[in-house]
Amino acid sequence: MPSNSPSGQTHYVAELEDTPVAAVDRLDESQKARSTWADAWDSMRRRPSFWISSVLILLIVVVALFPSLFAQTAPDACDLGNSNDGPAAGHPLGFTRQGCDVYSRIVFGTQASITVGLLATMLVTLFGVIIGALAGFYGGLLDALVSRIGDIFFAVPTVLGAIVLMSVLPVRTPVTIAVVLSIFAWPQIARIMRGAVLSARNSDYVTASIALGVSNSKILLRHVIPNSLAPVIVIATVSLGTFIVAEATLSFLGIGLGSDVMSWGNDIGQAQTSIRTSPQVLLYPAAALSITVLSFLMLGDVLRDALDPAARARR
Amino acid sequence: MKINRLGIVAISLAAMGALTLSGCAAGTEKAAAPKGDSKAIITTNGSEPQNPLIPTNTAETGGGKVVTSVFAGLVSYTAKGELENEVAKSIESDDAQNWTVTLEDGWKFSNDEPVTAKSFVDAWNYGALFSNAQGSSYFFDDIAGFSYDADSELTGLKVVDEKTFTVELVAPEADWPLRLGYSAYSPLPEVAFEDMAAFGENPIGNGPYMLKGEGAWEHDVKIDLVTNPAYDGVRKPANGGLSIVFYDSQDAAYADVQGGNLDVLDAIPDAAFETYESDFPERSVNQPAAVFQALNMPYYLEHWSGKEGELRRAAISMSINRDEITDVIFQGTRTPATDFTSPVIDGYSDKLKGADVLEYNKKEAKKLWAEADAIAPYTGTFDIAYNSDGGHQAWVDAVANSIKNTLGIKAVGKAYPTFAAALDDRDAKKLTGATRAGWQADYPSLFNFLAPLYQTGAGSNKEGYSSKEFDRLLKEGAAASSVEEATAKYQEAQEVLLKDLPTLPLWYSNVTGVWAETVDNVVFGWDSVPMYTDITKK
Amino acid sequence: MLWYTGKRLLQMIPVFFGATFLIYFMVFSLPGDPIAALYGDRTPSPGVIAQIRAQYYLDQPLLVQYFHYMVGFFQGDLGTTYSGRPVSEVMASAFPVTARLAMLALIFEAFAGVLVGLIAGLRKGKLFDASALVVSLLLISVPTFVIGFVLQFVFGVQLGWARTTVSGEAPLNELILPALVLASVSFAYIVRLTRASVSDNLNADFVRTATAKGLSRPRVVTVHVLRNSLVPVVTFLGVDLGSLMVGAIVTEGIFNINGVGGTVYKAIKLGEGPTVVSFIAVMVVIFVLANLLVDLLYAALDPRIRYAK
Repeated sequence: MPSNSPSGQTHYVAELEDTPVAAVDRLDESQKARSTWADAWDSMRRRPSFWISSVLILLIVVVALFPSLFAQTAPDACDLGNSNDGPAAGHPLGFTRQGCDVYSRIVFGTQASITVGLLATMLVTLFGVIIGALAGFYGGLLDALVSRIGDIFFAVPTVLGAIVLMSVLPVRTPVTIAVVLSIFAWPQIARIMRGAVLSARNSDYVTASIALGVSNSKILLRHVIPNSLAPVIVIATVSLGTFIVAEATLSFLGIGLGSDVMSWGNDIGQAQTSIRTSPQVLLYPAAALSITVLSFLMLGDVLRDALDPAARARR
Repeated sequence: MKINRLGIVAISLAAMGALTLSGCAAGTEKAAAPKGDSKAIITTNGSEPQNPLIPTNTAETGGGKVVTSVFAGLVSYTAKGELENEVAKSIESDDAQNWTVTLEDGWKFSNDEPVTAKSFVDAWNYGALFSNAQGSSYFFDDIAGFSYDADSELTGLKVVDEKTFTVELVAPEADWPLRLGYSAYSPLPEVAFEDMAAFGENPIGNGPYMLKGEGAWEHDVKIDLVTNPAYDGVRKPANGGLSIVFYDSQDAAYADVQGGNLDVLDAIPDAAFETYESDFPERSVNQPAAVFQALNMPYYLEHWSGKEGELRRAAISMSINRDEITDVIFQGTRTPATDFTSPVIDGYSDKLKGADVLEYNKKEAKKLWAEADAIAPYTGTFDIAYNSDGGHQAWVDAVANSIKNTLGIKAVGKAYPTFAAALDDRDAKKLTGATRAGWQADYPSLFNFLAPLYQTGAGSNKEGYSSKEFDRLLKEGAAASSVEEATAKYQEAQEVLLKDLPTLPLWYSNVTGVWAETVDNVVFGWDSVPMYTDITKK
Repeated sequence: MLWYTGKRLLQMIPVFFGATFLIYFMVFSLPGDPIAALYGDRTPSPGVIAQIRAQYYLDQPLLVQYFHYMVGFFQGDLGTTYSGRPVSEVMASAFPVTARLAMLALIFEAFAGVLVGLIAGLRKGKLFDASALVVSLLLISVPTFVIGFVLQFVFGVQLGWARTTVSGEAPLNELILPALVLASVSFAYIVRLTRASVSDNLNADFVRTATAKGLSRPRVVTVHVLRNSLVPVVTFLGVDLGSLMVGAIVTEGIFNINGVGGTVYKAIKLGEGPTVVSFIAVMVVIFVLANLLVDLLYAALDPRIRYAK
């Protein structure tokens, strides 16, 4: 249709290739058909940012599991005499308002923060993806039911839910915080997933699969879900960071972790009072959080590209 | 503090053979007021009143600020907490039990209704009546006829004539007039009793200010007050009115003073402790106030009763480095405690027998703890309960660290999400350790710091302390015929507390405030509230 | 379409009852006696407390309390706060302010977020993309109360460009700074979301077709790439509207805004059932409507999405 391309050519005829079409199109029937997931893995491991983010995440997990390998000072050995002091020998990042070692608190706080962030993200994603996919794919009564349940849950202020649940539960741990946050956050991912599934459901490849007689559940698992995950992965990776900060906000509002539990959120929350005079108290835990979020964002990007056949094809 | 407040009563007793609260309105020196605009409106911080503005149902600071500005009682307090006559001409008694109150002529409510003896008697009866469910009803419980569980008239109140009424107390109380400056004792106009709920929205009072017409109270936003032309008492405003802006966060209010949107702020947020003096050079205040902070120690826990408990409480008290915490965490905006009252209260002492238990003493603390361990070894964690919505976390953590570092035991703060939740465990006697406790005086007297908190069965004695000796001394103090005698009894009572330590005194909250360049003559009262009527604006 | 809309509106009824009951249940489960706590350390006599509890049906079991609320509700009475104010009055003062704030924040995050995300997606791996990533990380890692505090100090106190807090009438120009603070985290979400969708769609068949058709690049980008990238973004905005309204607790506190978030938060802390439930009931309606609007927008954005009758 384009009658005048810039070069002035009106017709374009591809040169003949040496390889016959039949050879290109021949299927290798001896091998099992590769799934989207396997393709994704193949694509991912060829990208440097996958390895960078993986190493960072691995490091963070190791710090979370074995904090004492990385910090010698006890995080709860606090002396008011050092309050808000700058770096000193053995205390590279200085001291908090309570006179605790900032570095050591970041190292020991990793566990709680990563637990909150990862667990909440996993719960929300798992729940949101399943519910959103079912609602978007099957529609009708099921969609109405779960979507409206989602509306109810999303309408409950997280603070109210947190106060009630934190009071009912005997202890406040990172796990309870993660569960509480997830209970009121899953409808977000479910909505996003549902929207993406609605788009994917009517794609040509789904129509083709239906025509081929592939079962509904197979279509959902093998085609619709992988092709709808892109926005979910974005939301999930960003949420990981916001969950960790949400723990800080809950602490700030007085319904977060107890002050004897080390967490980045707790320290960020308490840094509010020192921000004008001793910004380092805020800066370092926030930096730790940034690096964590960055690692997961990078990993999410790679995973998203890997799941997208078009993007994969270009590489 | 040099002026003996109770002395006013005592001197009269000696001179006339009768207890007389003579007016000292004439004696108040007013600084030569610098030129200010007498029409200027002062803006200041406040919070949405919790209840309609009925004096007997307003016990919190948000509403209290408005009520004391709109109403004038028999007497009012100066910045130092001394009594000045407002509506009262005299308050006299021969036996400290039967009082005769005579009113000045010429007082009027802002609707021109004269203030009479009946205005007081009706208002007090309303406040005390059981079925009116007024939060401050207990202030009338020492007047004959009061009942806590049925409707009954205050038979102790009798109108003699237009300007005179008599009060019969249940028992003698030499310093009874001292409490009459509290807002619960305000008079009410007749229109109030027609529809109290509507009156609470648009109160009509006899104080230095009045509401600026209908709708002056913009809920959750602000309340506008203007000077009351009918007022001619000792608190005559030097400005044109007050605009009290409601804040939920002191940080926001502080930013507003910095940004020029607010003239006077009476509470400095944590985040500005280190910077307020440089942010507002020469325009800030930091002085002790009538607010007492402490850790209450329940007796009902294992390890915390009998001789063992006594040793442990003393050890804990001596392991808290009050000087360092007030210095570092509060940047000097708290004053370490030496008794159970406050330095602004007459009769305060830093030389009570046994007060050394309030000083940081690592060696002695460890020794006492070891002695207690010899009785029964202590295992477990010492926790400090607090409501985490009140900004207590920083100091609770610091206190816990101080105890931990001194005694080598585990000590942590235990946060409750709301005040209600913390209160619930206190009321149900389900605490697992110490609990934060605080008290702000309603009126400047030692008695008000002691009786409601530690007397057997008193309303706010939640940890259930009971000491016969303490109760006896308190009663003797109340009935004492001279101030010196009363003070001596109250101090002796505190020495009992120092031995038993039902509560570990921590510090007195200072009143902290800053003001903008636009205003002058900002003085803060004993009750942490600025003396608004004296403030001038350029 | 009309049938679909009608059906969705009908679904509001069970959602309304479900949500109000759930919330009443949660407020009921709040620890402690709300009336006793009203008085702080100054404990009034037990008789006074008991009478006030009875006045608010707090001495009744959950179902009776909920029943009283519902009976009042259908007579147009939403109950009163513990200070005796009708809840309807509180709502009338809080909702308009919050609606303005939330709309401003929504407009900001939608336009700025999509624009930045679009450019970042088009120039993936370039400097702009990297800068957008850093800004997003910052907004995610630094909590709202710090961002708000800093912006208030810089723009309100030091530069004097904005009023430090919002005055009672909450005019739009004073709400700009709070809206930016409120929108900050969502802005980061939208940037990442748009960027991802755009970079995915750039490789999609329909874009190649459009380019092959000889359409100009701006036209391809706006009509084809952007339009098809907006489904997740619009979904997010729909869900976010609610968070912007009820979740503005911290922002409202910093800028002293008398809005829905702060009011609900205070009511929760006080254990004021009728206030919390009434506010949330309105929020539920807003949620359902916003989500409905989003679902209808899907059909306009993505021709593949059609709703069954």
